[in-house]
Amino acid sequence: MSATLEAFKVRAEAVSAEVHRFAGRTEALAFVLGFLQEVGVSDAPGCGAVWAAGTFLEASEREAVVSRVPGIQFEVTQEASAASRVGISQLDWAIAGTGTLVQDATAVDKRLVSTLPPIHIALLGTERILEDMGSVLERLRPQQINYISFITGPSRTADIERVLTIGVHGPGRLIIVAVDSFDQVPS
Amino acid sequence: MTTQFKESIETALHNPNLTGALGRFSEAYRIGRAKAYEGIDFEAVRDQIAEIKCGASANFEALAEQFKAQAEGRGAKVFRTADPAQVKQYILDLAKDKGVQRVVKSKSMASEEIHLNKALEQAGIEVDETDLGEWIIQLAHQTPSHMVMPAIHMTKEEVAEVFSQEVEEGQAPDIPKLVKFARAKLRPKFLAADMGITGANIAVAETGSLVIVTNEGNARLVSTLPRIHVAIVGIEKLVALVKDIEPILTALPRSATGQLLTSYVSILSGQVPNPDGSPKELHIILMDNHRSDMAKDPMFKEALQCIRCATCLNVCPVFRLVGGHVFGKTYTGGIGTILTAWFDELKKADDIQGLCIQCGSCVPLCPGKIDIPGLILELRRRLVVEKGQSLAMKAIFGVVNNRRLFHSMLRMASVTQKPFKQGRFIRHLPLFLSDMTDFRSLPAVAAVPFRDQVRSIVQPKGGEKVAFYAGCLIDFCYPETGAALVKILNKAGIEVVFPDDQTCCGAPARYNGAYEVAAQNARDNIKALLAEDVTHVVSACPTCTVALKHDFIETFKSLGVTDALEAARTLSAKTIDFSSLVKQLVDAGRLTFKEGEALEKVTYHDSCHLKRTLKASDEPRELLKEAGHEISEMYECDTCCGMAGSYSLKLPEISAPILERKLKNIKETGVSKVVMDCPGCVMQIRGGLDKDGAPIQTTHTAELLAERFL
Repeated sequence: MSATLEAFKVRAEAVSAEVHRFAGRTEALAFVLGFLQEVGVSDAPGCGAVWAAGTFLEASEREAVVSRVPGIQFEVTQEASAASRVGISQLDWAIAGTGTLVQDATAVDKRLVSTLPPIHIALLGTERILEDMGSVLERLRPQQINYISFITGPSRTADIERVLTIGVHGPGRLIIVAVDSFDQVPS
Repeated sequence: MTTQFKESIETALHNPNLTGALGRFSEAYRIGRAKAYEGIDFEAVRDQIAEIKCGASANFEALAEQFKAQAEGRGAKVFRTADPAQVKQYILDLAKDKGVQRVVKSKSMASEEIHLNKALEQAGIEVDETDLGEWIIQLAHQTPSHMVMPAIHMTKEEVAEVFSQEVEEGQAPDIPKLVKFARAKLRPKFLAADMGITGANIAVAETGSLVIVTNEGNARLVSTLPRIHVAIVGIEKLVALVKDIEPILTALPRSATGQLLTSYVSILSGQVPNPDGSPKELHIILMDNHRSDMAKDPMFKEALQCIRCATCLNVCPVFRLVGGHVFGKTYTGGIGTILTAWFDELKKADDIQGLCIQCGSCVPLCPGKIDIPGLILELRRRLVVEKGQSLAMKAIFGVVNNRRLFHSMLRMASVTQKPFKQGRFIRHLPLFLSDMTDFRSLPAVAAVPFRDQVRSIVQPKGGEKVAFYAGCLIDFCYPETGAALVKILNKAGIEVVFPDDQTCCGAPARYNGAYEVAAQNARDNIKALLAEDVTHVVSACPTCTVALKHDFIETFKSLGVTDALEAARTLSAKTIDFSSLVKQLVDAGRLTFKEGEALEKVTYHDSCHLKRTLKASDEPRELLKEAGHEISEMYECDTCCGMAGSYSLKLPEISAPILERKLKNIKETGVSKVVMDCPGCVMQIRGGLDKDGAPIQTTHTAELLAERFL
């Protein structure tokens, strides 16, 4: 495992994120679909998953994915997100030093899927892990991007008696799927 | 101090939930903070932050205009105002115009500052705080007690009771369940709200960006779901450049909560789409409310370097006893005292400025490099200038300013104290003076002051001369400390001269805002101490040493006195504390310890001024070790003992529990001797141990070392 990914994983896991690494898209997709089934995603009311558009999945592949796990929706609305168990989105960069994911979240669907459902699956290219925040802000520039999100672990609070409690308003679980090669065609 | 204020302190001190929670937090905080900063050069980071924020405050007008132009160029509307009433009116007008019925808010101290919720509610708008801590205090009809953790003063039982009474009956005091309940109850509020209100942690002029930091994720929802987003931003949040974000975000989470980064950070720059795809209305209110007045003040502009991490609350020995509510309705703790004086009014800070014990614990840890105790002292000075000194204080300083009268009264005291004296202590005083001896015995005034004793000491002549500045406590209560110092320096072949005209160092006057009195003390002492040609002026009292070395100059500067400045600087250069001087003499081979001594184990208490102003914490320890003592370090060895000069007389109810904690830490080491370099600390700790009955001796380092040299 590369030193950068290892450093990222240690930091992210220290703040209760779950990190999984895969060589290619096929393995990663298989994991995601298996995970969705495991947590009971289906087309029953309140059991769906919302998937914000990204390069991980081609539009032409959506139908096959839905046939594997009914309940996955690519039409991301506030209502669908609020009623879903899982939200899936692709993250642009990560910061090794703090275990942070970073995203151009100007498109509202990316924010909806990562704020409203209780579980967020974050897809990330392994090679997109950088050293520090400064390096990220050179690539995702506030000069050009209207909403940049930094996500470090799941939602948390310590507002009652300073006892750390996970999952207040945002997701209680953050599943990071790190993929070495996004380009590989899934079989 | 007002009776109401004294009562609020009493109430806080007698609330075991509060003192228990804050005490535990203050201990855990230091560990978490230190861990979070591992591998980070804190000094470098805070230098950067201080420079960024200082540069910004010198340039508020231009940065605010640049921010406005940039944000408006990206679809936001920016409203600038100096007046809190206009902030409220703007939001009310907007709400009315857009048919807003329901508002959700994420945490914003700026909105607390202007009491926005009340205004919205009065206009018939439903408003819900969504940060868990803020929601709890909103439901409990309270104000935040801490800038970062607004409900830190409440227990889970109290929270469950508030939820049961205000939201839904039958809530159990189970934290995960309470959090889940909050999520469930607030989720529909987020989904239904027409307006979201946030604050911002940073506002970047270069790009018109707002940086918002949260852990719960509520700010992301507040800025995403409702169709209108209003951000209320104090102009002190402005920075010039995008690259200024990183240093602030390096320090803020580490200092605030011991996190490397909070769960969520959002950088918003201009308009973004709503969930239905329509462009979201973004209104940014840049609020001044006296911030630019502060920026123009040569001393208080420094306070604008604050990043609101609340370190100064978390490490304050007073805050952990009384909590936030005694400080007022919005900003609490050390920085809160300063902000209240400016954002509200100076006289609102009249009582609360007195809470600062001037121990300096917050100074080395402030990410904005703000001298908070120094600024509070300046508030105290300005308050005295504005409303005058109390009659009692005037009478005291009238005496202190006249050395002959002052000293003859101290001599008189050695006679008049007789009915109360038991050995070397005064254990009880009658009537209103009894507060002073409630929790610690006081030292009896010595029969013969050091200034008289010193004449009979035979000293080496013809070699190096050092002047001894005794200070009132050593001169009149602990002459044995002075004798020990002379004995040690004599061993190095140094003659110790005692200028008779030396008088009070002026610290009591200065710390009570009576700068004119302090200046006269300074003039008298400079004249007395520079009269003879000496290599050093040494003191065995760190507070006096700080007065001679730093405060004389600062007092003159504050008052615009220029004629005595040069002499004050000359004195400053010669002044040195006892342990540092002796360490130099040992290192130079002029003093040699007796060999092969295996002495008893001791513990060392760091005095506030010695450690944090004079930066001498290694010197006394090394001397003790070289002498043959083993040091068993106590927990919180450098936390204030609660003496702090007249503080322990003005606020004995706070001084006592601080001392109690110190005594507990001393006792837990299991040693039979506690050593320190300050006669004030000796007075407090020895007096406390006498009342306590613990068989532990309290000793000044000079006395412990007196017989240890060849």
